[in-house]
Amino acid sequence: MDLAVVILVEVLYAIASLALISAGLAVVFGMMKVINLAHGEFMVLGGYATITAVGLGVNIFVAMLVVAPLVVGLFGLIVERLVFRHLYGRMIDTMLASWGLSLMMIGAFKMIFGNTTTGVSGPIPGFTVGNYQINGYNFFIIVVSVLLLIAMLAVLRGTRAGLVARGTMQRSDMAAALGHSPDRIYMLTFAVGSALSGLAGAVLAPLVGLVPTAGAAFIAKAFITVIAGGPSLVAGLASAAGFFGLVNQFFSFLVSPVVGDVALLVAAVVLLRLLPRGITTRFFRGRL
Amino acid sequence: MTGATRRDTALVVILGAALILGLPLVIDTHVLTLLVAYGMLALSLGLIWGFGGVLCFGQAAFFGLGAYTFAIAGINIGESTLPLILAVLVPAGFALVLGAMMFYGRLGDVYLAVITLVVSLILFRWLNTTAGPAYVIGNARLGGFNGIPGFPILNVPGRPDLMIWGEPLYYAAAVTLLVVFLLVSWLLRSSFGRIAIGIRENEERVALLGYDIRARKTVLFAIGAAIAGLAGALYATWAEVVTPTLFSLQQSAEIIIWCIVGGLGTRFGPILGAAVLAYLKFALGQQSVIDNMFILGLVLVLFVLFLPRGIAPELARLGAWATGSRRRPARRRPPPAGVADG
Amino acid sequence: MAETVLETEGLTMRFGGVVAVDNVSLKLAARELRCLIGPNGAGKSTFFKCLCGLLTPTDGRVYLRGEDTTGWETHQIAALGVGIKMQVPSVMDGLSVHENIWMAARRHDDTAGANDRAEEVIARLALGPIARSPLARLAHGERQRVELGIVMAADPWLVLLDEPAAGMTAEEVARMGEIIREMTRTAAVLIVEHDMQFIRALASTVTVFHRGRVLMEDHVDRVMADPVVRDVYLGKQA
Repeated sequence: MDLAVVILVEVLYAIASLALISAGLAVVFGMMKVINLAHGEFMVLGGYATITAVGLGVNIFVAMLVVAPLVVGLFGLIVERLVFRHLYGRMIDTMLASWGLSLMMIGAFKMIFGNTTTGVSGPIPGFTVGNYQINGYNFFIIVVSVLLLIAMLAVLRGTRAGLVARGTMQRSDMAAALGHSPDRIYMLTFAVGSALSGLAGAVLAPLVGLVPTAGAAFIAKAFITVIAGGPSLVAGLASAAGFFGLVNQFFSFLVSPVVGDVALLVAAVVLLRLLPRGITTRFFRGRL
Repeated sequence: MTGATRRDTALVVILGAALILGLPLVIDTHVLTLLVAYGMLALSLGLIWGFGGVLCFGQAAFFGLGAYTFAIAGINIGESTLPLILAVLVPAGFALVLGAMMFYGRLGDVYLAVITLVVSLILFRWLNTTAGPAYVIGNARLGGFNGIPGFPILNVPGRPDLMIWGEPLYYAAAVTLLVVFLLVSWLLRSSFGRIAIGIRENEERVALLGYDIRARKTVLFAIGAAIAGLAGALYATWAEVVTPTLFSLQQSAEIIIWCIVGGLGTRFGPILGAAVLAYLKFALGQQSVIDNMFILGLVLVLFVLFLPRGIAPELARLGAWATGSRRRPARRRPPPAGVADG
Repeated sequence: MAETVLETEGLTMRFGGVVAVDNVSLKLAARELRCLIGPNGAGKSTFFKCLCGLLTPTDGRVYLRGEDTTGWETHQIAALGVGIKMQVPSVMDGLSVHENIWMAARRHDDTAGANDRAEEVIARLALGPIARSPLARLAHGERQRVELGIVMAADPWLVLLDEPAAGMTAEEVARMGEIIREMTRTAAVLIVEHDMQFIRALASTVTVFHRGRVLMEDHVDRVMADPVVRDVYLGKQA
């Protein structure tokens, strides 16, 4: 029984963290068809922003939930204006440029923060279930992810900005014809997506020691979750994260965490082969 | 046509020989050998991407497979001729299976990129965990992140006691690259190569002509992997150790950067890009003020933004302008339409 | 009676709830020239795509020279000896006219034979002066002509053309008509077309599509005179 609870929490945590690390990428990809390979580094930037802010005496929750998204969102805005703006419609070129950006950021992190592990301790204590220790912070991650998905759904469904965003997702030319500048929408979308990446990086920072190259661990997972999810933003995110989270944890418990990761990647390859346009084209058509 | 072919071959051989003999006067042969191996690796991606329109984000996987095959087979066999052949065949076979799975599944460009990237990540992750004594192939221990040291290096075929290393290795590698370059040139002139270029230009049209796109792309993909495998074997015998970093994302990124910087759709561009950038990286490695990943990234961004066709076409244009002749510039593959509708 | 080269049997294509092609049975004899007409959304293009393997019909069968090709891949159908031209000009932009046509000829001929064949087609279509230019530099009408050359070079016995006259000048349309006439000496030709003048000039049998079904099939003059056809199709132009 205790074990079951622990496993359930672990599985939920795995799913939540997958959804969390993929959210920023999903917004940018879903709306703009831009695959931002620097997404992992955006997250790491969020982590560093948090650690720096905490070092300056900011409350850790403020640092994670406010400072990091703002910093990374602003950073996203700048690189969108400088680089990505010129590459819309050239998918492969965008991918390559973002890869370049990712290498630059890794290099910059090394120069600024040094090639060592920087950490921040988790603000929530752990507790025990029977004989098992559960990391209390995992619950925080689960809650943040759920709130994030709900917020995304609410914004897309319930606000004018969400409506415009959905319109642009479907037909950017029509949205433009209706007087919504795609240029501005893209700019803001990229900034929002970046802010979400920053948030994810910040929230996960206490769990993973931050090294300049930590982004690589996120990008592959985020990448396949988003692609496997398909065109529906929230449903895709939730279903793909659910599927991969389950696969990952199943094999992690059965064999080892590394095999869990490998199984996740193998599952992604198989899934893409079977559903080349993502889960949501088959099962959740037309939802968000 | 045949006259032009002969002229082209003669030009390549003369230029190649001049470079092979001339470069050691400027750069140490030890470094040059590495540049040759990287050049061949760049050529492999240049072939499938620049001419076949297949963008593989995991070309490093075939490079690493070639290197590991060479090392593992070497330890088990005790000499290097058969391992060298296996280092070509194993990646090619792997690519045939992977390619068939992807191309027959009609996956778009982006999905192809994801899958190749993920496959190299799987290999990278898995090899990093193979530290224990349980992970052996024959007599070879995989060694986890420390990799495999101490395998037999390249020897004269049939004479395991006559090792090829140092300066002779450079000449052997450089001549091999020249031969591969000529083979690639021949392939591109052949019907197979010309149809591959047609596929890059317009896949649907070529299918409407009655050609089997999937089979042709799969074969081209495997040829690229074979060349990358050979490059891996050369790297292995040069480095005398193989480690999982050969499969890393950064390695794959570098190959793509070499091709972009050098120039896609040209034969020489990727080799040039590899040599210049790898040398730059080597030179930058001597200093510690600016991280060299930063510079690599900057180079990639700047090239995508300002010189997306790379150096080689510009050089060719310059040359053409100087000699007054006109040549058709190589085209970049047009951007694919959206990957998912709605 | 000439051999039947193309036959569909109850061909049906549904997209969700929409029936784009509804139980169409059609026969085309060797060296016949046939035009498919119909208002927008009548299902002509969908029908066309089912024939050349770009869509797999929901129901019904397609026979080419008696062989059941339903659900075949496009390249397999083309390899049987079917020349296909889609609505949007589809050529290899970075390659020259000669290379484009050579590639079509190469499929059933060796390298040298394909060279000869390409030269022959280029001469017949009067493409000589632009034979070495890349397609990207050519005008729309020239590109259309090159694509016809690509179709011809493969020596097909059945040619499927989707709106070949779209966006061409009157002079080019006239030349296109001649080329198509010439094609019918060796091949059956099926054309999906909008341009009524062009169809009148071809003076062939016409099959009228309406709401996914065949409304009528007769010689162009009688089709044009038919009041029902006028109603659903031509009436809209008045």
